[in-house]
Amino acid sequence: MIELILRRLGGALMILFGVAAITFVLLYALPADPAVQLAGRSATAQTVANIRHELGLDQPLLLQFVHYLGNLVQGDFGRSYTQKTEVMTLILARLPATLILMVTGILVEVAIGLTLGTIAALNRGGFVDRLVMTVSFVGVSAPQFVVALLLLYVFAATLQWFPMSGFGTFSHVVLPALTLGVLGAGWYARMVRSAMIDVLTQDYIRTARAKGVAERTVILRHAVPNALLPIVAMIGIDIGQFMGGVVVVEAVYGWPGIGQLAWQAIQQVDIPIIMGVTLISSLAIVTGNLIADLVAPLIDPRIRAR
Amino acid sequence: MTHWLHRTAIAGLMALTPLVALADETPVKGATIVVTYKDDIATLDPAIGYDWQNWSMIKSLFSRLMEYTPGTADLVPSLAESFEITPDGQTYTFKLRKGVKFSNGREVVASDVKYSIERAVNPKTQGPGAGFFGAISGFDDLSGGKAQSLSGIETPDDYTVVFKLSRPDATFLHVLAINFSSIVPKEVVEAEGQDFGKKPVGSGAFVLKDWVIGQRLVFEKNPNFYVADTPKIDGFTVEVGQEPLVALLRLQQGEVDIAGDGIPPAKFLEIKNGPDAADIIVDGEQLQTGYVAINTRVKPLDDVKVRQALNMAVNKERITRIVNGRATPANQPLPPLMPGYDKDFKGYAYDIEKAKALLAEAGYPDGFTTALYASSTDPNPRIAQALQQDFAAIGVKAEIKALANANVIAAGGTEGEAPMIWSGGMAWIADFPDPSNFYGPILGCAGAVQGGWNWSWYCNKDLDARAIAADSMSDPAKKDERAKLWGTVFTDLMADAPWIPVFNERRVVAKSKRMGGPGNIYIDPTRVINYDAIYVKQ
Repeated sequence: MIELILRRLGGALMILFGVAAITFVLLYALPADPAVQLAGRSATAQTVANIRHELGLDQPLLLQFVHYLGNLVQGDFGRSYTQKTEVMTLILARLPATLILMVTGILVEVAIGLTLGTIAALNRGGFVDRLVMTVSFVGVSAPQFVVALLLLYVFAATLQWFPMSGFGTFSHVVLPALTLGVLGAGWYARMVRSAMIDVLTQDYIRTARAKGVAERTVILRHAVPNALLPIVAMIGIDIGQFMGGVVVVEAVYGWPGIGQLAWQAIQQVDIPIIMGVTLISSLAIVTGNLIADLVAPLIDPRIRAR
Repeated sequence: MTHWLHRTAIAGLMALTPLVALADETPVKGATIVVTYKDDIATLDPAIGYDWQNWSMIKSLFSRLMEYTPGTADLVPSLAESFEITPDGQTYTFKLRKGVKFSNGREVVASDVKYSIERAVNPKTQGPGAGFFGAISGFDDLSGGKAQSLSGIETPDDYTVVFKLSRPDATFLHVLAINFSSIVPKEVVEAEGQDFGKKPVGSGAFVLKDWVIGQRLVFEKNPNFYVADTPKIDGFTVEVGQEPLVALLRLQQGEVDIAGDGIPPAKFLEIKNGPDAADIIVDGEQLQTGYVAINTRVKPLDDVKVRQALNMAVNKERITRIVNGRATPANQPLPPLMPGYDKDFKGYAYDIEKAKALLAEAGYPDGFTTALYASSTDPNPRIAQALQQDFAAIGVKAEIKALANANVIAAGGTEGEAPMIWSGGMAWIADFPDPSNFYGPILGCAGAVQGGWNWSWYCNKDLDARAIAADSMSDPAKKDERAKLWGTVFTDLMADAPWIPVFNERRVVAKSKRMGGPGNIYIDPTRVINYDAIYVKQ
């Protein structure tokens, strides 16, 4: 187990280095010059040259990258070009909101997805099955923006059950998490359904039923745990995705997550922030997958930690 | 020279007179309001902040030697009590108001003025506004890294600042009123370093109490502010990350007082035709012109007849409808609010037949193929499409390149790259209410350089000379003569047609019903929202 973690961590470092190198080159190869962007519309050529020099943008790309890596190793993500604030400060300020939304969003996804998927599998081919599958299809295809605004309009603006915007209390997280959950649940429902259908045809289920075990126990004790494996992998992927920020949901609910930071930074060619967010979300994806890999053998002893 | 003193003293008195409130309104004392924006506030460092969200906040956090009467473009002394200008227009002497304090309690003195402006110019600050101070003696040395201070700023005593200019600059008083001239306390700037932008200390109408990154900024009234009865609210909270549609919903429910991003196009007609429209919508003119820059160095646009034909091809009325009528068709570079605007100038009327004839004269009876760059943010691609259709009507096929602003700006500043650029979302809104600000960077030879903003690459030496002559007329008594001179520069250059002036866009702010005061303090020509002047009514 320890060896696995170490091996994966080594791999993770390699991946992060690759991500850093590729992002760096792509960003600096853009035709948009951050110095011109920063200098604004009234700047003289001298001002632009001064800003370029102060930011070190007049140095060769390789040197800039080495410099960036050198700072990164010491935990220094640099300062934002536009805000002048340390990138780490900006990311840390938004991390709690992102983590909360990630956890609650995944909880809602899994809860809805697992329930619907199981129900559909048990009613395979029937009306309920088709209904669930249609609903989940609509869910995965619906645009986030529309669903988020719809929920906001109904539950916050009209019924006033929840605040329309902001962060801080439990009631603030309900609608954003619900939006993510409802939209993402469709994937889980479909995944659980097919996994369950697969499991329910297995010999040990038939044996259990033949022994006269209660149907309830058959489903919850024997079938569901065995259908969980793909779900764990999907959660791993979602951790990474949600950590990178959920731009649309954050925007609609005024949720102060990392997605908005990244989105604005991209608009402003604020390269240090883009680099920082990219690295942090890559780290999250790597970690999410690692966690999924570590949890898998706990659920299914047939998979040995390798 | 005495009449200057006299005049400035009167102007100073006028500045102290509180803005006359509308007859039936009395400001509520002790009110605090909520303002929303979609984007984060980048920085409140006055030497660095240069976007329309932070511009008005920085205005209210800091004070400057000169200021504008709220809602107008009229310059008045502010931190300065009075000033004198020598007849040659090259020496400005300011007397500072005594007893003005930074929010950390220290008095503002002459050396703070010197420090603050040197800081704005110093390359280490990475400030975008350094170039505004180009007329001060010693500018090139400091900007070029050969000196650490500006030899042209002297402080004979704590309450006197003398500026020596290397050339007369009629815009210098405006320059002293822009944010980059805000006075900052050296000891705080040095202690905070680059974090000063998040922990600003000034001597303006408000102080920053709290800043939760990504969520909100809390501003509180500065009880010691030197302008009487200002501000009229006890504070305001800026909530960021607020989607404009949601901000509008919240405003209608009374949770928000000013939706800073205005009304999203999709909602505009609904709100405009709604029962509260008059109370909610503030629609004001600003110093803005949206135009198509025609690259005079790209074939066949280098032919003046072709450029004139393109000017005649554009149906500007139709384009204003794309922005819900929130704009007025333009025929010259200067916006109507700007001194020098010629209201009798006709420009190029919409005339497809004449345009086709001109194209034929130029040797393109069947038109030609070219490209039109535009910002990819709404509504600019839609405007570019309308332009494309207009050009197609005279046989000119323009391929639309809708890109991120930074990429359009990069293309515009590269010689021979972008044949035409629709300026919307990027240019041009004046930094200060003076016509010279509409010339140098965007139409003068100085801007026609790599990385410059003169996307037409238009350079007319004769007009440049007239511009310099106009900017040498620093005697405020010659204000009208100078404005007229400037006006002719802009109308004369239209003969060369380097631009298609398309429209002057008005800004729209949505405010709650309880907010009082005239519209021009919500869309102040020099500030956008004038936090010093707005109030909550009974």
